[in-house]
Amino acid sequence: MIFNINVNNKILKARKGDTILETLRKNGITVPTLCNMENFTPTGACRICVVEVESHDELVPSCSHPVEEWMKIKTHSPRVIRARRTIVELLLSSHPDDCLYCIRNKNCELQTLAEELGIRERRLPVVRMMKKKDPSSASIVRDPAKCILCGRCVRVCKEKIGISTFDFIGKGMKTIVGPTFNKNLNVSNCINCGQCIMVCPTGALHEKDAISAVSEALQDTEKHVVVQVSPTVSVSLAEEFNVKSGKELDGLLVATLRKMGFNKVFKSAFAADMMVMQIVEELLERLENQQNLPMFSADCPAFVKYMEEFHPELLPNLTTCKSPQQIMGSLVKHHYARNQKIKAENIFSVSLMPCTAKKFEARREEFTTKGISDVDAVLTTRELARLIRLFGLDIQQVAPELADSPFAVRSSAGKIVGTSGGVAEAVYRTLYYRLTGKQLVNFKVTQMRSNKSTRELFTKIGKQKIGIAAVNGLQNAMELISQIKAGRDDLHFIEVMACPGSCINGGGQPITQSQESLKARMKTLYDIDEKESIKASYKNPAVIELYGKYTGKEKDSFLEKLKTSYQGRDVLL
Amino acid sequence: MSQIESVLTRFKDNQRQHLLPILQEIQSEMGYLPEEAITLVGRHLNLPTSKVYAVATFYDQFRFSPSAKYHFMLCNGTACHMKESEVVLQEIEKCLNIKAGQSTRDKLFRLEVTPCVGACGQSPVLKINDVFYPGITSKSVVELIEAIKLKEGKL
Repeated sequence: MIFNINVNNKILKARKGDTILETLRKNGITVPTLCNMENFTPTGACRICVVEVESHDELVPSCSHPVEEWMKIKTHSPRVIRARRTIVELLLSSHPDDCLYCIRNKNCELQTLAEELGIRERRLPVVRMMKKKDPSSASIVRDPAKCILCGRCVRVCKEKIGISTFDFIGKGMKTIVGPTFNKNLNVSNCINCGQCIMVCPTGALHEKDAISAVSEALQDTEKHVVVQVSPTVSVSLAEEFNVKSGKELDGLLVATLRKMGFNKVFKSAFAADMMVMQIVEELLERLENQQNLPMFSADCPAFVKYMEEFHPELLPNLTTCKSPQQIMGSLVKHHYARNQKIKAENIFSVSLMPCTAKKFEARREEFTTKGISDVDAVLTTRELARLIRLFGLDIQQVAPELADSPFAVRSSAGKIVGTSGGVAEAVYRTLYYRLTGKQLVNFKVTQMRSNKSTRELFTKIGKQKIGIAAVNGLQNAMELISQIKAGRDDLHFIEVMACPGSCINGGGQPITQSQESLKARMKTLYDIDEKESIKASYKNPAVIELYGKYTGKEKDSFLEKLKTSYQGRDVLL
Repeated sequence: MSQIESVLTRFKDNQRQHLLPILQEIQSEMGYLPEEAITLVGRHLNLPTSKVYAVATFYDQFRFSPSAKYHFMLCNGTACHMKESEVVLQEIEKCLNIKAGQSTRDKLFRLEVTPCVGACGQSPVLKINDVFYPGITSKSVVELIEAIKLKEGKL
């Protein structure tokens, strides 16, 4: 039902069931918010969004109050502004004054609000509580001193991820947001996905910095610095430099990285092709033996940690194949080092990822041999942008260059793994070839490109019945897993990505992103897939060449290096 | 069977509305909520431990370390606050050489400050275990503590 309301002395259309805030936004009126998140249940915690409604004595939080017929609303009356200003002043009174040193400087919602509301002096006494920073996690740093208790991380972790690592502890002045028993993140059930960072309005949650380690390695003449670029980073980095979202920077990024001093630039998508081929071989084996089905993808380290914590009995169902990052890491420190006659300890291997959990993955002991990690440092998209700025480079003022052989060529299947359904689609393409010996006529798998968070495909390849699913957002995966535990057996391969929307919405991506930019990134990936001619992993000539180098026993040990193992984790669930 | 498990068997239907009664019963049996209680209750009710801990820390009635023989709960509600319960608090802290929220090393005394206990007419109020001491002053509280110490042979 549509009815009229009066806002700031103008008549606007409103729909029954909407909140006041939704109505105002639809009519182009901006009301500031802090705790509010689109598509989440409103909590009305911060009260920044208050408006004046005639006949109501109190100011009304617009985010959680339904709009009613013939409401008379004032959105920016002196009383409202005064209230908002007081709220921000109160928040600032217990907030550290270290904006200049803060990781979110110039990109902080509290800072923006203080600026917009014109807060120019400290009117209230300063209240400081001793709150310890928690740097224990390999991926995420928690700084409770900067927390404004909006509860966004609490909600995203509960409603989208389903883990509930964070919650409010205590009450009143002493409230903090933290994991159970306020223990450190590294012993909590946190899966390092970083979605909490994406929603944090201040610098209370941020990624563990790896910039200094990388720039030190770049200065070190002893070190041979190698970098791998995730297929997703090159389509999201543009936004950090105010270029239109979804622009593929591929060659420009390669050139920029060389200018920064990286000796070799490789593509993780090459390793993604290898992963797809390994997954298909393993899947065929499991189909033949009818063992450990359905098989789960394991390139999302957040999902892997979740399985280790919550479903240790399903660990045999994960593919034993490493993630692209770790395949490339292992190739660099073993295959490449041997061929180039460089000692593995003199190689510094960097990985550029849209993900915070990859930092944790790189630190896993499975990926360390004799104290040497396969991947030495992982930079998120945000950190990469900072590093480029640190070196004073303009990514748009370089001529595009090609990545370095032998890991430069990828199929477009290796590129689309960054979006939800991408791994499943890539696996399907190679699986079809391996089962029939024929090429697909149409490589596009539309079932894997729907806008649902759980996508399923049931088909027959040759004589083999195949069920494939792709899920993004861990909360949605939980549902599927409980179905499987209850006996569902029509699926053979399941791709799971912990972040809602998969890696293009990873926890390491630019903070300023919107739904539109996610769509643009996805479109770019699919456009690349449309345009290019090598559309399946098994057709990647560089991978074929690499596999051809090994025969017999050597090949076995080479393939063994692509495998990993998992173990249950005892954490506070 | 542990004390926690025996409480949980009394709440067979694992409905989350039982959370507070379960926590209360565990505390009344054990005197406090050990970490194990939070994890077991979470598993029993199918709730994340962070949620159980969030609820438990919200209420001042719950303790997370073993209590002492004499558990002092000093009210700091509005009425008691106006009647200078703060002065009494300082006196107790001085006498027992502990801060609010701590126990003495011999596990004889524990001191906590609580919000309104609902006895405003007799403020300021001190509660020791289950006994109320109305109209407490910094002088009378010293006498009280000394009487306990004498009784326990600690003087």
